[in-house]
Parts: sequence; C-alpha cells; structure tokens
Amino acid sequence: MTKFIIIMLSAVFINNYVLSRFLGICPFLGVSKKLNQAAGMSAAVIFVMLMATAVTWPIQTFLLDPNNLGYLQTIVFILVIAALVQLVEIILKRYVPSLHKSLGVYLPLITTNCAVLGVTILNIDEGYTFAESMVNSLGSGLGFFLAMVMFSGVRSRLEGADIPKVFQGLPVTLVAASITSLSFLGFSGVIENLFA
Amino acid sequence: MNKTQNFLKGIIKENPVLVLILGTCPTLAVSTSVSSALGMGAAATIVLLCSNIVISALRNVIPDKVRIPCYIVLIAGFVTMVQMLVKAFAPALDESLGIYLPLIVVNCIILGRAEMYANKNKVIDSAIDALGMGAGFTLALLLMATIREVLGSGTWMGIQIPVLADNNISIMTMAPGGFLVFGILIAVVNKISGGKNAKKSFGCAGCPSAEICGKTSCGEKEEAK
Repeated sequence: MTKFIIIMLSAVFINNYVLSRFLGICPFLGVSKKLNQAAGMSAAVIFVMLMATAVTWPIQTFLLDPNNLGYLQTIVFILVIAALVQLVEIILKRYVPSLHKSLGVYLPLITTNCAVLGVTILNIDEGYTFAESMVNSLGSGLGFFLAMVMFSGVRSRLEGADIPKVFQGLPVTLVAASITSLSFLGFSGVIENLFA
Repeated sequence: MNKTQNFLKGIIKENPVLVLILGTCPTLAVSTSVSSALGMGAAATIVLLCSNIVISALRNVIPDKVRIPCYIVLIAGFVTMVQMLVKAFAPALDESLGIYLPLIVVNCIILGRAEMYANKNKVIDSAIDALGMGAGFTLALLLMATIREVLGSGTWMGIQIPVLADNNISIMTMAPGGFLVFGILIAVVNKISGGKNAKKSFGCAGCPSAEICGKTSCGEKEEAK
C-alpha cells in the first residue's frame, strides 16, 4: 500500500508531468487561459491516460515481450492510443452525449499529446506491475490537472498586468510557468523523508 | 523560392522552435546539456528528413482522408529505426535522452512539416525543407543548451569554464530554468523581428492536429470572442 502512495504522490508533485518532465507543454500553454477549459482538457487527459495504460500494459507484457517484439513498442503504442481515442470518442458521442459534450472536443487533441505516450512508455521502462501502472497513470493525470488549474489562475492575473511589449503573449507566460515550476521544486525530497 | 532560400528559411525566418513555436517539449527537456541537445537535434533531423522524403514521394498515393494516421505510422517507423541505431552505437546518448527519444513520434515539427510542406511539394524540395528545419531545430536547441549549461553547470560540452564553474546557478539546469530561458529567448526574437512575426498567443492554430480537432476547443474561435 505504501508503494502505491509513494508512486501516486511522486507522480503528482515531484515528477509532475508538465512542470518537471516537460511533457504536454502544448496544451499547458494553449488551453490554460480559462479555468473551465483547463479543467475539461485535464479531465480528458486523465481519462485517456488511464485507458491507454489499461490497454498498452497488457499488450507489452503478454504480446510484445513473449514474442521478442519489444522494439515495436513505439509504433504499436502510438497506433493503439490513436485508435483508442477515436473509438472512445465515437462511443461517447453515441451513448453518453453529455460526457462527450464536455470532454469530446479535447479528445482528438490528445492523440498527439506527448504526455499520454510518455506515461505508457514510462510505465514499461520503470517495470511497474499493472496495478502500479494504473496508479502511476492516475497520479500523472492528476498532476497534469493540478498544474493546468493552478496555471490558469496565474494566467488570469496576467491578463490585467502591464507587461513590456516584447514580453507580451508567450514570453511572459513562459516566465510565469518558470515561477510556477519553481514552487514545485520545493516538493523534491519530501517523499523519501515522509516514509523513511 | 530558390533552393538556398528554402534551406535558410528553416534556420531564420521560420525557425521551428523560436518563431513557429513547435516542438516545445523536447526543446525544454533536453536543453540541459549541449551534448544531449546535439544528439536530439541530429535524431530529429534524420527522422524529419526520412519522413519528408517518403511522404513527399507518396503524396499522390496516400488518400487524403487517412493521411494523418499514415504519416504517424511512417514517422513511428523511422523513429524506431533511429532508436535502435542510437541504442546500438551511442548508448550514452540513449541514456541522456531517455523517454524523449521515442517521443520524437509526437514532435509537432515532424508532423507539422509533413502536413504543411511535404504533401504539397516535390521530393527534392521537401528534403531541403527538412534539412533546413532540422538545422533550425538543432541550432535553437544548441543556443538554449549553451545558455543553460554555461550558466547552470559552468561547462560547455563538458569543458570547464574558469570562473563560472565555481559559481554555477544550478537552477538553470532544472525545470524552472528551462521555462525562463525559453521565455527570454522568444522575447529577444520578438524584439529583433520588431514584433512582425511575434506569436501573440499560443493556440491550436499552429498545431498540426488543429485541422482534425476543428479548432473548436481552443485557439481561433475562442480568441475571436
């Protein structure tokens, strides 16, 4: 049980996907302008991360590894994720229109999101079991959610600020992201001491 | 546009990292040291060159409706090849790039050039475009890595720099330093270009998957309000 908590907490705070691993920067900078969009996008990311892990982990363990096809990992994973996202979108559209309305628009964007491919490959690289992989994916998704929601708050403060002309737009957003990620550096070392 | 201009546009006028703002994830992640930046630049350039040539050669064969999945499969194939070559001949580079090596598959620059250039132009032009864009990506990475490594570790390609080695600002090699250096570099580019091609916002418009998602979730429509 302790192991699950450690994996979860380190995925959310210490190895935060956006702020310390630099995965999923595009949606982080692009969709974090408004709180509701940021939350919708992150919810879709959590959902797809969990689904992708639930599918890719068994494929790697029971299909690729026993047949010495480990080198096909990249191709297989990206195809599986792309197909999965399309499938989920079609199913949601047909059977759960309300959920499709809130998450659907973000789903196609996620196919080429490096955070999703990243989490599936990292789960294999770290040698996690299926349960650990799922916990890690959930933690990574929650970390993404936390970063997005926090940062949308920061950006709403930037809207009214008086910024030098050359820094307007993207540069000041990146500087703000730098300070946000600085705050996450404070978490490093916490987990080791928490359960020591 | 002649061939030299076609090559140079990738380096200066349409630099993929600093002007088009594509491929931000690897730019921020591997620019902690000059050697891994060079390795990443070379790996991405090889993939970009191969994918641009093949996609351009097949541009009349691939049906329009399924072009994105086709491109992704082709790119993933080339990335796997590069991955195996790096693992075999440069294991140290494999170690330092880690997860970011397979993630070249989802690098926006490669899919973006396929969608914006290779599927409309001849093979030779696409190859030159790929080389220019690859050089632009590598140079931008090199610039960022130089700033971060010199200030952060006081070294350049592992060579010690006298005074800085004792007074390094280690935050520069960590995550916050990456965001900060990238932000300042883009501001400098904005200043030099006089704000002509300054990207005021970062929306889906520049993203190659913008067309698939219909630009509904973010970007243009929302901006227009």
